Amino acid sequence: MSKDIRIKKGLDINLVGAAEQSKVKAIKSNTYAINPDDFHGITPKIIAKVGTEVKAGAPLFYSKSNDQILFNSPVSGEVVEIVRGAKRKILSFKVLADKEQQYEDFGAKNVASMSGDEIKSHLLSSGCWPFIKQRPYDVLANPDIAPKAIFVSGHNSAPLAANLDYVLAGKEKELQAAVTALSKLTAGKVHLSVADKSSPLANISDAEVHTVKGPHPVGNVSTQIAKVDPINKGEIVWVVAAQDLVIIGELLLTGKYNASRTIAVAGSSVKSPKYYETKIGAEVSTFIYDAGVEGDNVRMINGNVLTGTTVAPDGHLASTVDTFTVIPEGNDYEFFGWNKPVFNKISYSRALTFSWLFPKKKYDLDTNTNGEHRAFVVTGNYEEVFPLDIYPMQLLKAFSYNDLDEMEQLGAYEVAPEDFALTEFVCVSKQNHQELVRKGLDVMYKEIG
Amino acid sequence: MSLKDKLHNLKEQYKGKKMAPAFNAIHTFLYLPNETTHSGSHVRGADDLKRTMNMVIIAMVPCLIWGMFNAGYQHYSAIAGGTPEFISFFDHLKYFFTLDNLLIGAKKVLPLVIVSYVVGLAIEFLFAVIKKHEVEEGYLVTGMLVPLIVPVDTPLWMLTIAVAFGVVIGKEVFGGTGMNILNPALTIRAFLFFAYPTWMSGDKVWVHDAVNRAGTPDAISGETMLGMLAQKKELAYGIDEAFFGFIPGSVGETSTLLIIIGAAILIFTKIASWRIILSGVVGALVMGLIFNGVTAQGWITEGSKFYALMNLPFWHHLLIGGFAFGITFMATDPVSGAQTTKGKWWYGFLIGFFAVMIRVFNPAYPEGIMLAILLMNVFAPTIDHYVVQGNVNKRLKRLKVKTA
Repeated sequence: MSKDIRIKKGLDINLVGAAEQSKVKAIKSNTYAINPDDFHGITPKIIAKVGTEVKAGAPLFYSKSNDQILFNSPVSGEVVEIVRGAKRKILSFKVLADKEQQYEDFGAKNVASMSGDEIKSHLLSSGCWPFIKQRPYDVLANPDIAPKAIFVSGHNSAPLAANLDYVLAGKEKELQAAVTALSKLTAGKVHLSVADKSSPLANISDAEVHTVKGPHPVGNVSTQIAKVDPINKGEIVWVVAAQDLVIIGELLLTGKYNASRTIAVAGSSVKSPKYYETKIGAEVSTFIYDAGVEGDNVRMINGNVLTGTTVAPDGHLASTVDTFTVIPEGNDYEFFGWNKPVFNKISYSRALTFSWLFPKKKYDLDTNTNGEHRAFVVTGNYEEVFPLDIYPMQLLKAFSYNDLDEMEQLGAYEVAPEDFALTEFVCVSKQNHQELVRKGLDVMYKEIG
Repeated sequence: MSLKDKLHNLKEQYKGKKMAPAFNAIHTFLYLPNETTHSGSHVRGADDLKRTMNMVIIAMVPCLIWGMFNAGYQHYSAIAGGTPEFISFFDHLKYFFTLDNLLIGAKKVLPLVIVSYVVGLAIEFLFAVIKKHEVEEGYLVTGMLVPLIVPVDTPLWMLTIAVAFGVVIGKEVFGGTGMNILNPALTIRAFLFFAYPTWMSGDKVWVHDAVNRAGTPDAISGETMLGMLAQKKELAYGIDEAFFGFIPGSVGETSTLLIIIGAAILIFTKIASWRIILSGVVGALVMGLIFNGVTAQGWITEGSKFYALMNLPFWHHLLIGGFAFGITFMATDPVSGAQTTKGKWWYGFLIGFFAVMIRVFNPAYPEGIMLAILLMNVFAPTIDHYVVQGNVNKRLKRLKVKTA
């Protein structure tokens, strides 16, 4: 039984520079890097010291809190550097790639005949476990507690994000293998969501397929979970990104860990935005200069403009993203910018801002905050872009003063930081909602677990 | 070097210094700052608090301009012995927009605006520097509201004391903009009312010079419509005059027409909550109807001192006194009002309901909107609490169904 998921509340942010549907193979990267910070909340423990030769799929490090969870190398080569920051915190593992790639052989499996425990230990030992995240708290899944359901969103509604129908096309076999495997990890169901029936995910068996319709954040898993099977206190839901299903599926079918990714390179500062085939952890320069960057004063973002993280031009592609965005920095002053009529920016209100007149227009937004940080003043506008049955401002306040009881009562188990990207976008007081939510969830995770 | 670069260098010099908030407050009025996003969403919407507050001020400007002309108009027509009865809208207009009227307005109203802003902003700057945060924009609206809700003959020294009290006790002690419980403008107004009651509730402060002339052969009347009703005098003004605003009253509250235009601006720009305004109007009408019913039943007879106000046709309550101004510009203050959508319906309704009730029953001062809004400011968190609790209970119920 499938359910249609429709929402009205939300906001589609139309930006210039959507990726054109053509795919190019990115040039081979010399080094690949895995940043433990991409997996929120883990403390890495080194397995492969500097100088170790690793094969693709061999573990680089494990999580301090659970030594079963391995994080593997996307390529074969030599670990050339472990970059450390303040207090010797490990920032990234750099692997110098071999010319000829060698793959760790985990053995091809017949998924249909495997048990849940077998699949679990297979994913753990092959380093594919970090692809699975859990709600509540939006952290890596704990393999010891089975979830009540697993959700995969097959629709990216965030601005300029990769079109999953395009990216996943032709990968039906891998997707099916991965979904069948996941379905054995939960007593409940695997829920897939698609924008329309032409999606490669639409005809997958062993799962319930939902059609989603509406503005962003309809593609966010939290929105879909809330509509299909909301999380109650004490319940756990796992979440897997659609692109990661392909890697898991290929591992099960061939026994090889193939870290290939098709990413959308988009944004108004990209000269020819399109899709690139690359690998997790590749150098940003291997694709971004092929696509072309306009100007020097730009911000490069691992991910989309709402939830991504800033990365330096000599940085690496994050493990968890399917989109790479470049937009202009907004570090300039604007004369009387606070009161003159605004035509070139998106606004939720109509306070001499005219984006409501042009709902189809595409905008070229920069990273300026368009104002300074203030206390919460205006009420009622967050609710208009927030589709969950939660009071967003009250919950944000509970997060900011760390009231655990209140967070729990107001629905903190049902949200992830990304759900507050739109409230943050429309926030007149320029508060950093996602940071507040992340910190609050971390406190909850520590105190309640 | 351009102005932009000069100011940028100055900003860098001030960085980390004590006076930085004061400099930044002025700098950001000229230039939208060069601040970029550092966490979370990399792009942000176009509105900030300055733009939002600015829209509220724009919505109030027609009322201010009208108030300035009206100050002179009421003064001269009172000297001339009051406007003749049944004079048409256009006859009023003929004598309304004159230079003489404007001069009286400029002499009496502009000083109120200046004192309100100078005193209030000075305190805001002081607290921003002491507490090392940026100067918040809340006072931009408060400073404009204050001169519009006081009588035209309010002495400037009274206003100074009231503004200082209202900003410090009404707002800064709670932590500044966004943290206050009561609407600061109404706190200032209430302070004036309770600290100088004989002055504020008299019938002479509403028209310029009426106080000075009291007791002399040149004495002029300066009563508001509500004052006349409370004292059961014959109404000297028609309801159409009240709608257009050719009546004495606080500076900016007389013209219901211009207030409706202001409300339309605020609702269209999505800055004020239409729910509060609409439910407030409904609340006032309901209370007015109840009173009309009471008099129709004969429970209250003409002998009662409440009779005149109770017997006033229910919809007239919307047009006379400060009701329209209060429900549009002060009940919709997001900080002191209810914050949840459902709560806003209740909050607005109760303000309208109590405003008319207090108006009828308050013997000291025949206006209720100020006290009604202050009362509901106090209860807004309670309303929100019950609304949010409903959401919490829904969540608990979902859990119970699951485990049962």
